[in-house]
Amino acid sequence: MAFLGYAAAIVIILWSFAGAGFSIDKVVSSPPRFADFLNRAFPPNLEPQVLARLGWKMLETLQIALAGAVVGIILSVPVALLAARGLIAPTWINQIVRTGLGFIRAVPDIAWALVFVVAVGLGPFAGMLAIAIDTIGFCGRFFADDMEAADKGPSESLTATGARKLDVVACATIPAAMPAFISTSLFATEKAVRSSTILGLVGAGGIGIELKVGFDLFDYPTAMTVILMIAVVVISIEYLSGWARTKIIGVVR
Amino acid sequence: MTDVTVETLVADTRPDGAGAETFAPVLPVDLRVMGLAKSFAGMSVFSDVSFGLSRGEAVAIVGANGTGKSTLLRCLMGLIPVDAGSIDVVGTDVRSASNSGLRAMRAQIGLVSQKHNLVPRLSVLSNVVQGLLGQKPGLRHWSQSLAPATSRAAAMSALQKVGLAHLAQRRADRLSGGQSQRVAIARALVGQPRILIADEPTASLDPAAGEDVMDLFFDLARQEGVTVIFISHNIDHALKYGDRILGLANGGMPLDARAASLTAEQLRGLYD
Repeated sequence: MAFLGYAAAIVIILWSFAGAGFSIDKVVSSPPRFADFLNRAFPPNLEPQVLARLGWKMLETLQIALAGAVVGIILSVPVALLAARGLIAPTWINQIVRTGLGFIRAVPDIAWALVFVVAVGLGPFAGMLAIAIDTIGFCGRFFADDMEAADKGPSESLTATGARKLDVVACATIPAAMPAFISTSLFATEKAVRSSTILGLVGAGGIGIELKVGFDLFDYPTAMTVILMIAVVVISIEYLSGWARTKIIGVVR
Repeated sequence: MTDVTVETLVADTRPDGAGAETFAPVLPVDLRVMGLAKSFAGMSVFSDVSFGLSRGEAVAIVGANGTGKSTLLRCLMGLIPVDAGSIDVVGTDVRSASNSGLRAMRAQIGLVSQKHNLVPRLSVLSNVVQGLLGQKPGLRHWSQSLAPATSRAAAMSALQKVGLAHLAQRRADRLSGGQSQRVAIARALVGQPRILIADEPTASLDPAAGEDVMDLFFDLARQEGVTVIFISHNIDHALKYGDRILGLANGGMPLDARAASLTAEQLRGLYD
């Protein structure tokens, strides 16, 4: 029985390679082409006016990420209260909300950006809305899990004093889940920064548009500058969020 | 005293006929349980538990692990459903009460639990203020800074009673075990409950701190004339602080007697 399982797994994996167009020839022939790209992209474009333009675009990218993440995190709290089992909403509502959150996560951020470009027009606002909804899908689910996993003792003690469910949640469940909320929110912000760098590809604002234009015009040095800039910003945000997590929560979870 | 005779009569006609001996003759009854049964996933915890509590009485519940002591307390507060029997707490039929009826009943109860269950990231004073949520629901009792002056004063006075007024602003997770349990007692007392329920209040404390907490707890309970039910694994505590002892074993309550008539040896028999 186990043998059949392994055999089936190997067949499925090989079939997937075929579907993905895997080709040894292309693997062998790619290093020279890649080297050619690097040769044309280096040195990156460091002209002051280009750097200034890209810098402003990067700033806009971070603004999209931050605004979208904050709106998403705030809206996630009430959504998570409805999604968490055994808290304030009956099971059927938990199910509906969790299914909705699953749907939001199933749609990629770039697809949400396309939808919002249609809805509100080209520009950073569409990007912000895409980030906000993507954050709700992520934080809504994890906030709910965090509250379900929170220590039940304090909330039972408050329930025993005759407190209403909403009061118990506000006074015991949310404070108990707060370190986890902060940690999840920082991850959501990192994720928002990563997403926001690419939303420009579909016209939803931010630095992504520069990357697309760079490649479309074969201006590889500028495209390389954009890639390096994104890498520096994303890595810095990850460090910053790790530092904030230790500072606020005390220990790395 | 005239309003109490009917209650007393009812209490004295318990089906097992043990009422006359165990109830003080003229006191009203705060709590009455008849034929209570509870099981978890088909495993019976207890199948026939009956007892009553008069106003101001202190009752110890003893029994080996797994006999359902904590479960019994949670059933009394309506925190978990029961399979059969009736529970009447301060005039509320717990099994048929609406949510608001249950909350009104619980507002007359103070609970002190084994793990203290303070909200760790809030101040001591906020924790005590939250003890008033049953009587005064809503935003203003979520924390000390939102609370009306009268509630803050009530909370401070409860802290004074447990000797911790000077720690009111300390975070609850920066307290020692004994201090944290005293705060839990203040939180249980702040709403001036009619019944205090304590689930192994000293289990997480060292013996000296445990003794202090029990002395304080019963001093305050007696001062306020509160009815007390407490679970204890410490036979000496049960005999010293309980007026009456209820023993759980084999799915029932084979022991219901005045503490004065019992010896430590007899109680140890329950654990065999």
